[in-house]
Amino acid sequence: MSKIVKLKKGFDIKMVGKASQEIANFAPAQTFAIKPTDFVGFQRPKVLVNEGDTVKAGTPILIDKALDQVIYAAPVSGEIVEIKRGDKRKLLEIKILADKTITHLNFGKIDLNQDRDALAAKLASTGVWPNIIQRPFGIVANPADTPKAIFVSAFDTHPLAPDYGFTLQGEEKYFQAGIDALAKLTKGKVHLNVDASKPVPGVFSGVKNAQINQFSGPHPAGNVGVQIHHIDAVNKGEIAWTVSPVGVVQIGKAVLEGIYDASKTIAVTGSELTKAAYVKTFVGANVSSFVKGNLNSGHVRVISGNVLTGEKINLEGFLGFYHNQITVIPEGDYYEFLGWAKPTASKLSYHRALGLLSFLTPNKEFVLDSNCRGEERAFVQTGVFESVTPMDILPVYLLKAIMAEDFDEMEELGIYEIVEEDLALCEFVDVSKHPVQELVRKGIELIQYS
Amino acid sequence: MKFLRDLMDKQRPLFEKGGKLEKFYYAFEAGETFLFSPNHTTGIKGAQVKDAIDLKRMMITVVIAMIPCLLFGIYNTGHQSLLATGETAGLWENFGDKAILGLTLVLPIIIVAYAAGGLVEAVFAVIRKHPINEGFLVTGMLIPLVIPASTPLWQVALATIFAVVIAKEVFGGTGMNILNVAMTARAFLYFAYPAQISGDQVWTYLGEKTAVDGFSGATALSVVYDAGVQKINAVEALNNHNSVLGDGLFSFTNMFMGWIPGSIGETSTLMCLIGAAILIGTGVGSWKIIVSGFAGAYVMGLVMNLTAVNEYMALPAEYHWVMGGLAFGIVFMATDPVSAAQTETGKWIYGFLIGVFTIIIRVTNPAYPEGIMLAVLFMNVVAPLIDYYVVKANKTRRLQRATV
Repeated sequence: MSKIVKLKKGFDIKMVGKASQEIANFAPAQTFAIKPTDFVGFQRPKVLVNEGDTVKAGTPILIDKALDQVIYAAPVSGEIVEIKRGDKRKLLEIKILADKTITHLNFGKIDLNQDRDALAAKLASTGVWPNIIQRPFGIVANPADTPKAIFVSAFDTHPLAPDYGFTLQGEEKYFQAGIDALAKLTKGKVHLNVDASKPVPGVFSGVKNAQINQFSGPHPAGNVGVQIHHIDAVNKGEIAWTVSPVGVVQIGKAVLEGIYDASKTIAVTGSELTKAAYVKTFVGANVSSFVKGNLNSGHVRVISGNVLTGEKINLEGFLGFYHNQITVIPEGDYYEFLGWAKPTASKLSYHRALGLLSFLTPNKEFVLDSNCRGEERAFVQTGVFESVTPMDILPVYLLKAIMAEDFDEMEELGIYEIVEEDLALCEFVDVSKHPVQELVRKGIELIQYS
Repeated sequence: MKFLRDLMDKQRPLFEKGGKLEKFYYAFEAGETFLFSPNHTTGIKGAQVKDAIDLKRMMITVVIAMIPCLLFGIYNTGHQSLLATGETAGLWENFGDKAILGLTLVLPIIIVAYAAGGLVEAVFAVIRKHPINEGFLVTGMLIPLVIPASTPLWQVALATIFAVVIAKEVFGGTGMNILNVAMTARAFLYFAYPAQISGDQVWTYLGEKTAVDGFSGATALSVVYDAGVQKINAVEALNNHNSVLGDGLFSFTNMFMGWIPGSIGETSTLMCLIGAAILIGTGVGSWKIIVSGFAGAYVMGLVMNLTAVNEYMALPAEYHWVMGGLAFGIVFMATDPVSAAQTETGKWIYGFLIGVFTIIIRVTNPAYPEGIMLAVLFMNVVAPLIDYYVVKANKTRRLQRATV
């Protein structure tokens, strides 16, 4: 039975710099990188290539020795130009200089009628597998596990998020094939969760072999973690998987074409761009060709992903594996005279405390910068985290349990149901400026490795 | 503002690690962040943008919400004094005199409370190496508003220091305290120096002058209490009180407006309601606590009416809203987010019980004419227990889901 869930709690961050629905003719990215740091819980990386090797799209270049069935493949064909390591030889990036035309490693079409474990093993060897994320913990799924269900959120409610209806148009066939493959991998259902407030985009509307649920409400209604909580929550000892629609399409292409096609359409967004639009590229693209020459100010922060859960990269940085979006905002490293007291209508706030006037203009789009707007303090205000978390979870108590490293309490309060993005809004609205997402990951790691 | 910024940047190395005044870093930080919002930026991972609010802004909102009570309190202090000595009759007569008298009485108390408490905060911040907490902006204003204008200044200082140290700093500072700091200060005065904060003589400042003949300095609460003892109708007793100064001094309207003797900021229910509107409108104070607090008091008042065996118990329930410090306590003390219940369900229970206990203490305990102080402190202590059960219910729901 499909479910219709209306969520009330949450907050939409409306920002200047939405991507217009067109494919921009930015110069194509030259280099691409796979970053082990994109995969949370990546433990012992082993690089399978050397600098100077040539690879095809789909050639295995990296594995995690802790989960060596899953290969991480080159997104494009070309030459391995750099294997970048940081302190203590920590692997940071494997950079590939792309060929003019991409050639793919062909591993043959995948028969969906084979045994479930064989199918999982096959998919794990193609490069598409890291798209499958396990809940709890938000780590790359283990092909040997059989999840109780697989969840796909068909819409993204993050600030300036890409519209999948636009980026995935024409991919219906592959999306359906991806869903069919996923349906084979679970003992339960595949849930496709669509936005109830808009017409369902063509790519999702005719999908079979999945239960279609409808969600409405402000962000984080599009977060798959929130959706799981309302459909079939993850309890202790249970495993569910999640895949983004982009990942489903990649899986579908592996099934139907027998290749790892890492191409994706990403949104290039943010207030500091002259032109905010979509661009066709590949996983791990160098963002400089989309951003440089497209800036309308000098002092900017480039973010791979969105402003709530993304990662700061530099102008020469690379798109994160899971990210379908770049956001460019002003850097906020300035002092502001009496900044805590001045009335302001130009700064966005979820709150209405003295002088914060943004609540008067709920539809206005704001320019947000990276300033913290205050110092870290002890927890004082209560009830705010709850009001932006549409789940039956008490975020402050959970965070305090994490700070106290109280394992039982963390479990009982629902650490298995969340990953960083589910409490990202708490970090935004926090009066006391706590690093909420960092805390969530700390708690998850405590539980995961205990 | 460039020169201020330059000044700060120039002084900064002195206070940073290795500098001469390294010890006083947090004192410097307090001053600096007061003048300038810092230039901190968000981290590499996680939320890249932050809400425009911070704790300073939140706390200053509470202070703003108290200003109607403060201004009214200043004027009323002068008004009550001149009224008692027979120098004025009308509310707005001798406006300037009243305002000036009120200011000369109230301003020193506020300055002493801020100075004494601020000093303790600063000393602790330097010794314990934590930032100076903005919470004191609120506490330093609350303490003067809940004591009579006649309180000796040394008592104000002592109570503030006691409360900040014992009720807050020993627990780790703002955000960690169990008891409401301002209520602790008042309770300290009440039990340590009862002569200056209870009885009939302290609520109206007379100075060197003498009151008119037949003047009584009793508060509404003690008038009603006496009515209960003497078995006369409580409402009549209120209406006839101090008739030598004018008619209906303790009428419902007059008490609602706040033209009565009492602690500096708590007499006017109207001003408290304006404060409540600010707190609720800005979302800084919990409307659940405020609404359930007033509801609890009213319900308990009705229960008292139904089971009345004396005149105090028969007092119409709505009178409880306008007498004493109930309104002020519920609006400004009970809503302190740190010492209140922290779960949303818990807030309903917490507020309601504050109202209930206030009335029980008022009506049934002759030793404490005002119940709100003890009710708030008691519920501060009980709040974690309420939260414990609310949190437990959340855990149980999660567990049941897993076992179904």
